[in-house]
Amino acid sequence: MSRDFDAVIIGSGPGGSTVADILTAAGWSVVIMEKGRNHLIDLDDPSRLATDFSNDEIKFMIRHFLGPDPLLEPRSFRRDESEGDRIHVGEVNSVPTTVGGGGTHADGKTPRFREEDFSLLSTWGPVDGASVADWPLSYDDLEPFYAEAERLIGVAGEAGANPFAAWRSGPFPMPPGAPMYGAVLSTAAAEAAGLHPYPAPTGANSVPYDGRPACNNCGFCAFYGCPIHAKGDPVASLRRALLTGRAELRPETFVSKIRVANGLATGVDYLELDGTEGRVDARHVVLAGGGIETPRLLLLSGIEHPLIGAHLMFHFQTYAMGELPQRVHGHKGRSVTHVHDDHMIPDAESLAAARAAGLPWFKGGMVEHAGPAHPILEAKLAPWGALHKQVMRTSTMREHLWGFCMQGEDLPQSANRVDLDPTVRDVRGFPVARITYRPHRHEIAASEYYGAKLVQVLESMGAAWAVAATSPNPDGSDIAGFDGPISQSRHIVGTTRMGTDPQTSVCDPWGRVHAIPNLLIADSSPFPTGSGYGPTLTLVALALRNAHALVDAG
Amino acid sequence: MPVFFSDAEFRVIEAACARLIPADEDPGAGEARVADYIDGFLGAFSFDPPRIWAGGAFSGRFGGAAGFASFHRLNRLDELAWRTRIEGSLGRPEREWNGPVVGLQERYRAGLAALGTDFAGCNGDEQDGRLRANGEFTALLYEHACEGMYGAPEYGGNQGLVGWRYIDFAGDVQPRGYSDEEVSQP
Repeated sequence: MSRDFDAVIIGSGPGGSTVADILTAAGWSVVIMEKGRNHLIDLDDPSRLATDFSNDEIKFMIRHFLGPDPLLEPRSFRRDESEGDRIHVGEVNSVPTTVGGGGTHADGKTPRFREEDFSLLSTWGPVDGASVADWPLSYDDLEPFYAEAERLIGVAGEAGANPFAAWRSGPFPMPPGAPMYGAVLSTAAAEAAGLHPYPAPTGANSVPYDGRPACNNCGFCAFYGCPIHAKGDPVASLRRALLTGRAELRPETFVSKIRVANGLATGVDYLELDGTEGRVDARHVVLAGGGIETPRLLLLSGIEHPLIGAHLMFHFQTYAMGELPQRVHGHKGRSVTHVHDDHMIPDAESLAAARAAGLPWFKGGMVEHAGPAHPILEAKLAPWGALHKQVMRTSTMREHLWGFCMQGEDLPQSANRVDLDPTVRDVRGFPVARITYRPHRHEIAASEYYGAKLVQVLESMGAAWAVAATSPNPDGSDIAGFDGPISQSRHIVGTTRMGTDPQTSVCDPWGRVHAIPNLLIADSSPFPTGSGYGPTLTLVALALRNAHALVDAG
Repeated sequence: MPVFFSDAEFRVIEAACARLIPADEDPGAGEARVADYIDGFLGAFSFDPPRIWAGGAFSGRFGGAAGFASFHRLNRLDELAWRTRIEGSLGRPEREWNGPVVGLQERYRAGLAALGTDFAGCNGDEQDGRLRANGEFTALLYEHACEGMYGAPEYGGNQGLVGWRYIDFAGDVQPRGYSDEEVSQP
């Protein structure tokens, strides 16, 4: 079966949904291919939202409800080539495979980048062993689209609360939501330590917005879909696109190949759930599979460029955790309500520490104030036997543990990459993505420096003990676990770097693959550097800018 | 009536879980019926739809329609994944796209054999000794016991919400949620 659309969009996450919204509003016809299931929106009546999401720790944290199932769609991992083909097969930094993609599972923190995040090379200079680069666009170029993205997603925040924030043309669409009690305590301690915490810009409604209710603080936020659709997952853009009548959403449809002829993309080949093969022809192909699946599909399609998959970046997460005397009930509220940016601002002291570590400079990232929340996870870490219930009643972890997670900037390295595993296959028989990744000493040195500062803040709060840890832990022996070499960050960027030079970049400054100008990449893959902020708002802003440009060009 | 275990096997699982999460002044794994959770999981495909994913959006415990009890239908690939995980690949080519998979049912049968058919009748010290001597299986059983103790009761465990009550956890609070005061105050 073959049908013509103006554009075929691969992936229904924040990037693909945003492009669908803009193109359909301009009168284009689009088909959105999503390999996962649809738990978000009623396709018979797109004004209605689905009710499959729930406060269910078994379904979301243990049984892969949002996908991908690591048996069906594994990935493989190694730190470097010296370890052979791989040291692990299974789950590797997966982001949901479902309608709405990664937008469904996060706790919705949607910060903007800062001005210098677009010019890291010219601001701070090169670092040996890393491919530090400037973006081919500036913060000023993107600012109008940041503002548009915040309106479309519905971001709650407080302009002026963060002294390090980039300039903004207007206020946030909504005020911040209620601060978590633990954050009330940790922001006071952080301020006393000279830091500048502020309400996290968050895509969760603090008031009714865009036909969706205000968040009611249920606490099942990070890693869960929102049962009441208070979260700014991509449902708003998908709903608008579908209601135009010009968008078709095809869940459970796996795109196996982007077809290219004479330097232009002509459409895609796909497999339906039952294995039926199909083909769609379109004037434009928009690829929005995320930082790992996007390069995988380019490689599966035989599209060639030496940098496809290279410069894979995660965030180097530094955790500082301590046991507080108070019961902080981290399970009440929207997972993270406060953050601070101080540790991504180099100063004389941090530059001296960097030089002592043999680096010209280093940067950390945005620090989230947070605690763990739910009882099954806590119980599995408790001992069995007579002590079990004593530990669960005291609840050191769920009720007393509080701390910080720094999303540390991860420098791009050409050896860190996604390619196709030579033998491991997904359930449909296609080669899976293999991740080769080892952090640069920049990340490790920055983590040690800032982790110690965060531990001091916890000690000042009266913590009985406080420790720092990282993910990835490059030397950890627990290969598949949390304390191992596989990053847990779920912030994946860099694998189809954008730039002006086709030799040193895969896409042009407008997200179009240099060699195939009607193939647009609309996710976080084109980011030349990763910053210390989660990528969602920036990838949506880029998708808006590039989709508007596509429409303007006809 | 167990759906996967024999009655004798079920008694061993019950006894083992009662050692892992014992009753004290509060109920333990026995009262929570953790063994029913495990039996229902290993026998998930005895039900239609299979008892893998509880429904949404609400349980009815804090208002709204009670949707958890209506389990989701699985699509073809979801069923393949969960059957393979639970039953094992059993030499079937369609389940071995990356090689053989040992199923949970087989691991449980082997674990039960190692604990011994007389396990339920042994004293506590003897039971603990056998659990420690079979560490790999006990780790698996403990993971499932925790899910049965502290997961939603629609999956068969945490009956009477005894797992949540003694740790003062409200569970799934939608659609009521928590008030701003409950979030921000001690």
